[in-house]
Amino acid sequence: MSTIASSPSGVRPRKQGPLVRFLRRDGAGYMFLLPWFIGFFGLTAGPALASLYLSFTSFDLLTDPRWVGAANYVRIATADPKFAASMRVTFFFVLFSVPLKLAFALLVALALNRGMRGLPWYRAIFYLPSLLGTSVAIAVLWRQLFAGNGLVNTFLANFGIEGPSWISNPNYSLSTLVILSVWQFGSPMIIFLAGLRQIPQDMYEAASLDGASKSRQFWKITLPLLTPVVFFNVVVQTIEAFKAFTPAFIISGGTGGPINSTLFYTLYLYQEAFGFFRMGYASALAWILLVIIALFTAFSFLTARYWVHYDD
Amino acid sequence: MDGNRGTEVVGLDDKRKPWVSLLLHALLIGASILMLYPLLWMLSASFRPSQEIFNTTTLIPSTVSLEAYPRGWFGLRVDFGTFFWNSLVISVLSVAGNVMACSLAAFAFARLQFRGRNFWFAIMLGTLMLPYHVTLIPQYVLFLNLGWVNSILPLVVPKFLAADAFFIFLMVQFFRGIPKELDEAAMMDGCSPWRIYWRIMLPLSMPVLATAAIFTFLWTWDDFFGPLIYLNDMRTYTVQLGLRSFVDSQGGQSDWAGLFAMSILSLVPVFFFFLFFQRLLIEGIATTGMKR
Repeated sequence: MSTIASSPSGVRPRKQGPLVRFLRRDGAGYMFLLPWFIGFFGLTAGPALASLYLSFTSFDLLTDPRWVGAANYVRIATADPKFAASMRVTFFFVLFSVPLKLAFALLVALALNRGMRGLPWYRAIFYLPSLLGTSVAIAVLWRQLFAGNGLVNTFLANFGIEGPSWISNPNYSLSTLVILSVWQFGSPMIIFLAGLRQIPQDMYEAASLDGASKSRQFWKITLPLLTPVVFFNVVVQTIEAFKAFTPAFIISGGTGGPINSTLFYTLYLYQEAFGFFRMGYASALAWILLVIIALFTAFSFLTARYWVHYDD
Repeated sequence: MDGNRGTEVVGLDDKRKPWVSLLLHALLIGASILMLYPLLWMLSASFRPSQEIFNTTTLIPSTVSLEAYPRGWFGLRVDFGTFFWNSLVISVLSVAGNVMACSLAAFAFARLQFRGRNFWFAIMLGTLMLPYHVTLIPQYVLFLNLGWVNSILPLVVPKFLAADAFFIFLMVQFFRGIPKELDEAAMMDGCSPWRIYWRIMLPLSMPVLATAAIFTFLWTWDDFFGPLIYLNDMRTYTVQLGLRSFVDSQGGQSDWAGLFAMSILSLVPVFFFFLFFQRLLIEGIATTGMKR
């Protein structure tokens, strides 16, 4: 018995109830989707709506949620210096880490795409930090590297430079996290490399026959044809940067300090939810994050038509 | 010389400059050293006496000692063996859950005809954009009411419900590349969808299943946020939580070598996959654009 084919409606069997018809035609599909459906309604859609509701309440897990209207949002917008600080920190992080990371990724990918000998080795080495990613071990390492008597300052001391205690100085602590993010440029680099390989060689041949210089070829062929990949990397890496959590948590010992200088948005949300058990307030923060990410994504897709080159 | 392959072959104006590729190699080797130095340094630091960890930039320890490993292993109230076992159990179960649940859903989306398919597929793609923070708190309340907090269930059960929609998408893409004639022929022969899924699709999809399995394992192994929220009893900690407790308990003052030793051990599974499955990892990223 085949439930797969949507039987071309020639065969009309005897009259069946709607349920039987549904099971015969669509049953298999919905059976296969059953686990996902349970997850979607129970763990995604349901909770998302619930947190939208909670964001208008005061809720501490112990007593029932109490409706407070827009009070959470009003306080976030007008009377929460920590929210403002976390926004500043997060936007600083996104604005610096994403462009730097992608610039490195593109530069190295371009260098490697020249048919370099040893490409697999270079690619592997540059990819490794990105694979190690957000593990606590890497954050621990970073904490030591940029400590007052850490590796970086020991190195600088060789040149008579006395470096500050980078991670406990509010002027530098966030920058060390930007450096960590840039260090992990491996996976966008691999995506750039794959994109560069897609560019047909005969375009370059034709261009050089017409006497186009290498740099002209880069600006007129490579870069335009790579814009879809650039676009993809920008969107993915930006969303990831907005959600960064572990390194800031480990380096600041969960506080977001010194003086809120590493208070990533997600870290602040975590503190509100699981440090102070202000679940309603944290839900409002979560929905603001969703709106920020949605606005950013919509903006990217709307502007894409002006700078992303889509080949037919 | 290098540079006489690939793009450099073409181009009448290409003067074939060997010094360019020499310079490029020099730069790339320099960058490689810079990239790897912190990792190598951490490895070497785990073999040093603690007082030697600061104020040196060399990679070779003056005396090689393995003491930090047992010291770190038993450095907390609960030993790291427990943490590693917990991490392993959670990661392996997550792999099983993700591969099963996501491939079932992907098969339905890629191959089965049913009303509402496009609608649900769009919804599924939509959930990819949803930051998990939006579902975090109600999920926590749910698991709290179920009495699941402090167990691995909140970390593992969602995987069996295909909560990582990204892998559904990945598998749908792969399944669509498998010739439809195969399952159409099987269907003619009276094969049920279940048998087509089990006997035709899955065996032909080993590359994508392996990719999904490896990334699930690595991401679960590295996950810090989930365990941080759901596991409070130290006996249930994962390796990542154990490391974090190590940092906190020592205040970073005394036993850096022990901390580094455990950090290195926590990275061993990642290195393992890096060494033996690098092709799959890199192809996975190149074809799907995964974030790490």
